[in-house]
Amino acid sequence: MSATTLPWEQPNTRVEGYVRQVRRKFVRHRLAIWGLAVTILLILTALFAPWLTPYPPNDVTSAFGAKPSAAHWLGTDQVGRDVLSRLLYGTRVSLFIGFTTVAIYVTFGTFVGMAAGYYGGWLDMAVMRMTDIFLSFPYMLVVLVIVSMLGSQISTIMIVLALFKWPTIAMLVRGSVLAAKELDYIKAGVALGFRTPRILLRHMLPTIIGPIIVSATFGVAGTILSEAGLSFLGMGVKSPQASLGNMLHDAQSLTVLTEQQWLWMPAGCMILIAVLAVNFVGDGLRDALDAKA
Amino acid sequence: MTAQEAMSKPLLQIENLKTYYPVRRGLFGRASGFVKAVDDVSLTLYEGETLGLVGESGCGKSSIGRSVVRLERPHAGRILFEGEDITSVSQRELRPVRLRLQMIFQDPYASLNPRMRIFDTLAEPMIAHQLIKRGDVQGEVDRLLQLVGLPRAAAYRYPHEFSGGQKQRIGIARALSLKPRLIVCDEPVSALDVSIQAQILGLLQDLQDELKLTCLFIAHGIGAVKQVSSRVAVMYLGQIVEIAPSELLFRKPRHPYTKLLLGAYHPPDPLFRGMERLIIQGDVPDPSDPPSGCRFHTRCPYAQERCRMEEPSLTKDPHAVACHYPLA
Repeated sequence: MSATTLPWEQPNTRVEGYVRQVRRKFVRHRLAIWGLAVTILLILTALFAPWLTPYPPNDVTSAFGAKPSAAHWLGTDQVGRDVLSRLLYGTRVSLFIGFTTVAIYVTFGTFVGMAAGYYGGWLDMAVMRMTDIFLSFPYMLVVLVIVSMLGSQISTIMIVLALFKWPTIAMLVRGSVLAAKELDYIKAGVALGFRTPRILLRHMLPTIIGPIIVSATFGVAGTILSEAGLSFLGMGVKSPQASLGNMLHDAQSLTVLTEQQWLWMPAGCMILIAVLAVNFVGDGLRDALDAKA
Repeated sequence: MTAQEAMSKPLLQIENLKTYYPVRRGLFGRASGFVKAVDDVSLTLYEGETLGLVGESGCGKSSIGRSVVRLERPHAGRILFEGEDITSVSQRELRPVRLRLQMIFQDPYASLNPRMRIFDTLAEPMIAHQLIKRGDVQGEVDRLLQLVGLPRAAAYRYPHEFSGGQKQRIGIARALSLKPRLIVCDEPVSALDVSIQAQILGLLQDLQDELKLTCLFIAHGIGAVKQVSSRVAVMYLGQIVEIAPSELLFRKPRHPYTKLLLGAYHPPDPLFRGMERLIIQGDVPDPSDPPSGCRFHTRCPYAQERCRMEEPSLTKDPHAVACHYPLA
């Protein structure tokens, strides 16, 4: 019997591909779909804010602390700026900080975690002790101190937030790499003589990307909250630039809190909506990417 | 057989190979002991031959294979490939050697990247080693698929669309893409259905004749080894207990363990009809604390006092055996 002339065995019934499978599971997750829709809407609003807003966000109009009206749908703040315009620009800033910070620390954390997990040894040891150190700080406190020292430019805020978030990604990635390292097709890559960057980027990264994406999604929500917290405490985005957090800052005054709800309600609701929406997307992704579910 | 051996050059020499796995316990993960997966094994593979390596699960046969392709780092001993010592060279320096030294994995379901089309899986090794020009990739992939009996259309599918046997063909094609001289086959058929096993073994044999390959064929199934190997080595607890030309070993096993192993195998072969059946007793002892003397004495029906005390060494014959009281 000559094996090379054997008839072609019939392929088994077509199993659906990974991407399609993930999409099917995600679509089944109703909250996640709503979350995704809202997130996309928010991103579009943020991108097109200059065309959507009725007034420039920092322009002072003639009405000070005016209630919502036809001219100012969400009223004006104490210096007479249109709250709706500021809300949209604030969303823009908050989302920008959220996504950019996550992009920075996920990239860095993934890189460091992969190196630590794949090479092991002293590198692994050093990286893991470093993550332990970062994670043992009272995070918000240290961020406050650093921002007050370096000033609160948006870039500073993003870098400082990223500095304290990368260790979680690095630990997550390291763990995944340790498991994936034992997979036969990764070992096959070594046996075939591939260079390490090829193994890590072409074979390892696609294998472990699922949990990274999920964590990044939750990270966006977390970072929006962190920025809001910082700005609320006056250490985040500086006035006159609007952000969701510093719009809440006004609510520190008791009269505003009790009698001028239009000044903080919109920003508060926007934070709530944005964080919930992004978290629902994360939930959906987690269920969809988990092969066991 | 012996004449042929004498004529051909050794392609792979394994000398006193020891591959240990540390057993880590306690807070600081100190190695408290070692699982001696491969303990002082010497083997020589001659060009063009297929050496079968058999033994129970956990006897260290896969560890030998993985050490040869340096997926494990040997503890001691030497591995010479084409006369070059590759025991402790770095992975970087090993890259050119890997062109001539390839491996087929046990589990075809796990050894192919599920997110890559077959085309990329087969093309990647050649591209990574810059063996071919961009324009020739298509032709080479077609040739490889044809070589292992798969249609050209297979290139544009993903691994999950194939059966186990087909996947193993792809695994074989991938190993062949670098045009190796030596292939370590680590139980290439044990994850497959019996009906498919014969096809894959037949394919391996055909390819071997066609491409003049040398194979280290690792298996726990006697049947598979019998079909493809010209010589067979039997392993027990990290050591080789018997090596002989295939036909001789199956007809007249000299080590009690080999005989028991053959007894556990029920071949559809009249040659074995008259053979007395012995059943192996007990389990394989703990390889981190192997028995004294002959390692098989705890389970050997013929064990005597001397077997408990003194470790037998492998004889130098073409039919080598490590036993104080070999069977006639």
